[in-house]
Amino acid sequence: MDIDVNKVAMLARIRLTDDEAAELGPQLSGILGYIETLSEVDTEGVAATAHPHDAAMPLRANVVTNTNRRDELQASAPQTESGLYVVPKVIE
Amino acid sequence: MPFSSLSEIKSRLDAGETSAVEVAQLYLGRIAAHNGSLNAFVHIDPAHVLAQAEASDRYRSEHDAPRPLEGLPIAVKDIFCTQDGPTRCCSRILEDFHAPYDAQVITHLKEAGAVLVGKTNMDEFAMGSSTETSAFGPCRNPWDIETIPGGSSGGSAAAVAAALTPAALGTDTGGSIRQPASLTGITGLKPTYGRVSRRGIIAFASSLDQAGAMTRTVKDTAMVTAAISGHDSGDATSVESAPVVDWLGACDVTDMKGLRIGRPKEYFIEGMDAGVRASVEAALEKCRELGAEIIDISLPHTKYAVAAYYVIAPSEASANLSRYDSVRFGHRCDNPEDLLDMYTRSRDEGFGSEVKRRILTGAFALSSGYYDAYYLKAQQVRTLIQQDFIKAFEQVDLIATPTSPITAFKLGEKTDDPLTMYLSDIYTIAVNLAGLPGLSQPCGFVDGMPVGLQWIAPAWREESVLSAASAYEAATEWHSRVPAAFGSDGGES
Repeated sequence: MDIDVNKVAMLARIRLTDDEAAELGPQLSGILGYIETLSEVDTEGVAATAHPHDAAMPLRANVVTNTNRRDELQASAPQTESGLYVVPKVIE
Repeated sequence: MPFSSLSEIKSRLDAGETSAVEVAQLYLGRIAAHNGSLNAFVHIDPAHVLAQAEASDRYRSEHDAPRPLEGLPIAVKDIFCTQDGPTRCCSRILEDFHAPYDAQVITHLKEAGAVLVGKTNMDEFAMGSSTETSAFGPCRNPWDIETIPGGSSGGSAAAVAAALTPAALGTDTGGSIRQPASLTGITGLKPTYGRVSRRGIIAFASSLDQAGAMTRTVKDTAMVTAAISGHDSGDATSVESAPVVDWLGACDVTDMKGLRIGRPKEYFIEGMDAGVRASVEAALEKCRELGAEIIDISLPHTKYAVAAYYVIAPSEASANLSRYDSVRFGHRCDNPEDLLDMYTRSRDEGFGSEVKRRILTGAFALSSGYYDAYYLKAQQVRTLIQQDFIKAFEQVDLIATPTSPITAFKLGEKTDDPLTMYLSDIYTIAVNLAGLPGLSQPCGFVDGMPVGLQWIAPAWREESVLSAASAYEAATEWHSRVPAAFGSDGGES
């Protein structure tokens, strides 16, 4: 299968270098070609798996359990200011 | 002592023959001597290890009874969040990350009195089967350092196999505990999906990921698994009503009388190494001698498992890894022009090539117009794979297979062709898709390299694999072999 690797990369928010795109294109085609063996399987009327054991999601009490740990949580951030995350200007 | 089992070290600690500090010093010494050639650990803080050991010795002296893992060293894969030290998932994108909390399994280990010895090497974000995609360089197999230790939990496997630690934690999404355990001659168990909390384990594929133990013996695996299991309200997929039996007691079994073991014909096929086949067939013969009945079974959708996995796992990964946006944590590129430039360039710089390959595969499979043909189809095939197991378990108690079709391969041998690498997990992937417990244990050697035997049980029946594996272990000596290059400076016993 021929896929537009740069388009898929943009969906995934990854900017590939030209060299990467040239390498990944054929590799992805190879992987997707292998995956196409799935089309041999008759899945008419088969339910898609939603959970490995079909387990129900448990409920918990709707109460606040986490505390304010802003400083610790922001310690690993690339850039913060006054307790806020800093990103490039979004609106000109 | 270095190659002693966790249970043996525990006995010596309980008898007062040694202390947690002495044990910690022994393994820290071995790490200092051997990690340079293996690259099994990516983070070690000796002072912090000794402080934990001292605290354990103090606890022991102040309390009537020690805790279940009192003073026992355990290494953990770099995928587990720990408040102490870095948590990087062996990725450049997390190079400056420090987790603000401990993973639930880390909390369990601490509460059980274990001494955490450091972070082990792994494939970046657990994506790989050889521990070659790590941002910290490849890990090596102690049985031959020109070969890979398997992956993605290769650092944990190599560390246990070379006795740099008596036990380690790994995670298993498509075989990442069992395949490296097999390739390095140790024991590893992937528990039933939902048995162990995933909270604080960096997510790869959330419907497949489970954490588990990697050790030198089956009983050690039972000890560690018991310590980390249990419902956690912080992980909605950890199951509340999971039946728990006495796993340590299950390891006292020494025969297989009345056990019906299934031998799936689809797992003994072309492409498997002749030596591996001979070792596994000999292991099944040993099981027969121990009283088991070997029954030929069929798991007809086996050959589609790898294809289904390489839709489902990358799809979940592409969603999980979207959180690395360089805003709240993670690598950020220099001088971004705008928001889009920041996202796309930071992610290109931060992720390695295998991670990008998987994210792109997933992004494609989930993209508009392809979802039904790929993701939905794969989840339907997954249901058929689960049904294969359910039908088989009407006939047999357990299934035995090879863990890997081959023994450890040379570094670099499969890095050029991602598909060949993916096929090395052909025997382990279906177990994750079906959410079942699976254990690998050593069952032979081919040209000096270990071979693994895989046991698969119905969901929640960990005791069943532990009993069978214990009986096999008691009747064989494969688990007690030591890699020659790491056995000579052995210490007292």
